Amino acid sequence: MHAPDDHESAYAGLLVNDAHWAFGTDFEDPLAGVDTTIPDGVDPAVLARYCLALGDDALVLSHRLTQWCGRAPDLEEDIALANIALDLLGQARLLLTRAAAADPSCVPALPEGSPVPAEDALAYFRDDRDFGNVRMVEVPNGDFAEAIARLLLFSTWRLALFEHLAGSGDAVLAAVAAKGRKELTYHRDFAGRWFLTLAQGTEESRRRLLDALAGLWPLWPELFRTHPVEAAAAAAGVGVDPASVAAEVDAVLGQVFATCGVDRPEAAPLAGVAGRFGRDGAHTEALSLLLAEMQVVARAHPRGQW
Amino acid sequence: MSERETSPEWPLYEVFVRGKRGLNHVHVGSLHAADDAMAVLHARDVYTRRNEGVSVWVVRSEHITASSPDEKDPMFAPSGDKVYRHPTFYDIPDSVPHI
Repeated sequence: MHAPDDHESAYAGLLVNDAHWAFGTDFEDPLAGVDTTIPDGVDPAVLARYCLALGDDALVLSHRLTQWCGRAPDLEEDIALANIALDLLGQARLLLTRAAAADPSCVPALPEGSPVPAEDALAYFRDDRDFGNVRMVEVPNGDFAEAIARLLLFSTWRLALFEHLAGSGDAVLAAVAAKGRKELTYHRDFAGRWFLTLAQGTEESRRRLLDALAGLWPLWPELFRTHPVEAAAAAAGVGVDPASVAAEVDAVLGQVFATCGVDRPEAAPLAGVAGRFGRDGAHTEALSLLLAEMQVVARAHPRGQW
Repeated sequence: MSERETSPEWPLYEVFVRGKRGLNHVHVGSLHAADDAMAVLHARDVYTRRNEGVSVWVVRSEHITASSPDEKDPMFAPSGDKVYRHPTFYDIPDSVPHI
């Protein structure tokens, strides 16, 4: 049976003899040797909900990027987007696993004897109102410029968060952030280079990029709203208040925009629903459609082994 | 923005990766990219995603000068029977690596 705090299964088969690979593999478990006990004074429910929020951001954007598979402008970009999607999926897996370990009551109940691990139960058996992702990651894919603009905004924000999260009082979150920083640095670099290329490429590429940015801009302020769970996690020394990284994120973005000759769009923030936002489980219709596609097979086979 | 000549396809690059256990860069394949910097990123994404590499070289394929298959015999056959050119006639000390 799968223990809720067993992070090693993805690596178990890869950490043994890999001499048959020509280049060698040398995979590492990012959580090897990490203390998985919950730090004193931290409310496990707060830690779990905080991990779920960060994990859901990664999970949902990962799925949006996965939808690019086979559709990118060329083979190399197709693989690049798939790599980024896999990085985010890996972050989601570790964060959902941590959420389940901290507070098993957040994991949906499955039929007796189901072999589905806790992080899969969280990913595939929760409804949209239980997802805590920001709405920017769930809006449907547009063109390639939209994928680049969204990835630039998201990775710039998340990298700043993770830089601080690497000092988390929770050793697991700190390890996840330390691993994620390297990945997000690449994502931001990738998106930034393409942002520049599209902004200064042709009239058409620039028009598409500016359209995409304008479309995403109303969703941007939501990433810096402080949800009570984030405030509580920050106060307990395990999380980062997103409002606290707003200035540094804006400075980085300002540099990219200045280099690209792009102005910040002027658009009013997308309102919440009765004061509730993505972190509260109030989502756009796009998320339920995305989840319907992502979850249908797992839900049809709750005893399935994958 | 000045008029720029656009070709339908990006130029071809050859990719060389140095593995964790390798001492030298090994040719692993080719890819298309708009410029050198993008070629390095593409090489990273296409050829090192299974944790193969610690260093990548890329070079425009057109900059490689290759021997011609027609000259294969005069180029390479003469070395086929000169076994004495291999350092196999003396013992190499265990402490000398990478020979």
